[in-house]
Amino acid sequence: MSQLLEVNGISVTFDGFRAINNLSFNIGRAELRAIIGPNGAGKTTFMDIVTGKTKPDEGTVLWGEMSRNLIGMNEARIAQEGIGRKFQKPTVFEDQSVEDNLLMALRNNRRAFAVLFWKPTDADMNRVSELAAEIGLSNALGRKAGELSHGQKQWLEIGMLLAQEPKLLLVDEPAAGMTPEEREKTTDILVEAAKTRAVVVVEHDMEFVRRLNCKVTVLHEGSVLAEGSLDHVTANKQVIDVYLGR
Amino acid sequence: MNRSFIGRNPSILIFLLVLAIFTIGVTFMSEAFGAGMISTSFVKTLGKTLCLALVAVAMDLIWGYAGILSLGHFAFFGLGGYMIGMWLMYERTREIVESSMMEAPIPPTEQEIVDGIGNQIFGVVGSSEFPAVWAFADSLVLQLALVVLVPGLLAFVFGWLAFRSRVTGVYLSILTQAMTLALSLYLFQNDSGLRGNNGLSGLQNLPGLDDVSQDYVSMWFFWGSALALALGYVFAAWIVSGKFGSVIRGIRDNEARVRFLGYSVEGYKLFLFTVTAMIAGIAGALYYPQAGIINPAEIAPIASIYLAVWVAIGGRGRLYGAVIGAVFVSLVSTYFTGGQAPDINLGFYTIQWVDWWTILLGLSFVLVTLFAPQGIGGLFDLVSGRHHPDRHGADLGPDHGSLREEEAEE
Ligand SMILES: Nc1ncnc2c1ncn2[C@@H]1O[C@H](COP(=O)(O)OP(=O)(O)O)[C@@H](O)[C@H]1O
Ligand SMILES: [Mg+2]
Repeated sequence: MSQLLEVNGISVTFDGFRAINNLSFNIGRAELRAIIGPNGAGKTTFMDIVTGKTKPDEGTVLWGEMSRNLIGMNEARIAQEGIGRKFQKPTVFEDQSVEDNLLMALRNNRRAFAVLFWKPTDADMNRVSELAAEIGLSNALGRKAGELSHGQKQWLEIGMLLAQEPKLLLVDEPAAGMTPEEREKTTDILVEAAKTRAVVVVEHDMEFVRRLNCKVTVLHEGSVLAEGSLDHVTANKQVIDVYLGR
Repeated sequence: MNRSFIGRNPSILIFLLVLAIFTIGVTFMSEAFGAGMISTSFVKTLGKTLCLALVAVAMDLIWGYAGILSLGHFAFFGLGGYMIGMWLMYERTREIVESSMMEAPIPPTEQEIVDGIGNQIFGVVGSSEFPAVWAFADSLVLQLALVVLVPGLLAFVFGWLAFRSRVTGVYLSILTQAMTLALSLYLFQNDSGLRGNNGLSGLQNLPGLDDVSQDYVSMWFFWGSALALALGYVFAAWIVSGKFGSVIRGIRDNEARVRFLGYSVEGYKLFLFTVTAMIAGIAGALYYPQAGIINPAEIAPIASIYLAVWVAIGGRGRLYGAVIGAVFVSLVSTYFTGGQAPDINLGFYTIQWVDWWTILLGLSFVLVTLFAPQGIGGLFDLVSGRHHPDRHGADLGPDHGSLREEEAEE
């Protein structure tokens, strides 16, 4: 079975501190995966490497059918390859309307000249309304993103991710700051999205991970400690020691 | 989204209307075409002010919308002026040289004429040879092309180096200042080929139009400046109205996020930096024939800083704000520095505005930045807030801090 993303033996050192240590990780084409691990385990840094923000000192990140190495490509290029990313802290364009945020994310030609002459087609507008309905922001399309509640911003960012139609979604702590109902809805959106693409969710909250009901990778000090079902990894002695036991 | 470009941006129509009324008003009050209430030299001041408004629009695009605080756009403005100045000076000198040589018994050869022009133009810097940069000075078309190409190329090369290395923020501003300083120091040298600190002069005289009085010439340039401002404004408004505008505002607010959406941030910055440099070049090419003279002091780093101050005072991130800032500050500045403002005698000290104006301007800049970041343009929000109660029915937002509906009801 060919994998969508194969991360092999990557390491990265910040000022002598090894944040990622010989980490390997695979994910298939339509798979939901949770990554858990204590603070500072390297979860965000792992996403930084896959999305081109941080260059690893060694290792390869192979992508897609052709197994192309993503290392050395810039962020924009990697995003165009089909990797979308949601940040830990919601980052939407607060000064612009929800609609403009979604339009900007829609999968279209990204080149400056094409964008300059671009006009939304009916299909584009329909897609925006669809997405808005999916993330519960149909009534907020004209509002500035900055006026949204924290949870709504998180959703808007997820909506922007879906608008990009990526093959792989990297979602960093989506449930942070959400109410229990909002969390539930977020789980639904992610589970739905993973039916047609690969989704990697970084999360702290065990309840949330349990509801995702998927394979779990436990990260600790920059490498994989255990991998398997949630019950499997939570039964692991080492995992209990470093993470759950505390 | 389905409404037209103008429909979505009513401020464009208002701006064009105000500009048209202003232009017609000045025309009917001018020496040439009207009652003569406005002196020719003041028509020139107004025409120059319109050019400054145009370069301020460019500055607003790059700074107010894309968040790149370029402190070098006046260098592009000056380069535009130099490019048109070369043609004006060359052709004008040719006329003078030709008419004086015609009186000689033997008709001069082409080479003698060119040598004569060279002597006239470069005598002040102790030379008579035409430097290579003057190669196209006899062609109006080519020099007009250079008005946009030279600033554009400089901006492209500079931008390519700076943006590719991801220089941002204050470091980029410092780099643009360094570029500006280097350019002006270079032009100050006598062997720069552009007459060193003498600069180019006599630019108000149009070749072949000796018998047309400056009353008329000033109006032509005034109209030309008004037209250029109108076109530049609409062009800038078009750039920022669509998705391109969304992307550059996104770059201003969070450039990393824009990258992860798949947009090549560097490409967008480079595009905008180059285009705005070209607009600045056009503005400069219209400005200096009205000023009559250009020299390297015009390109001094401080000029580009003033440009940023105008845009900040007018209100960045809105095009009419840039225009208001440039017009307001430059006219007030002319008033204070032109010796027209009466000195204030405090008994123990006399405030002379020529000296104190800069301090007043600096102080206003600090106050605006601290207390009214929207600038003068922010005043329009108060007005439009009252006239567009469209927000009725919209919910008030998650936290009740955003009192949009109440504001609209006033
Ligand atoms: N740019 C950086 N410079 C220095 N240290 C960093 C940098 N990014 C991350 N780190 C360090 O690497 C470790 C892993 O960080 P991170 O990936 O954010 O952890 P997590 O997301 O799992 O909480 C932390 O100790 C953090 O301080
Ligand atoms: Mg993290």
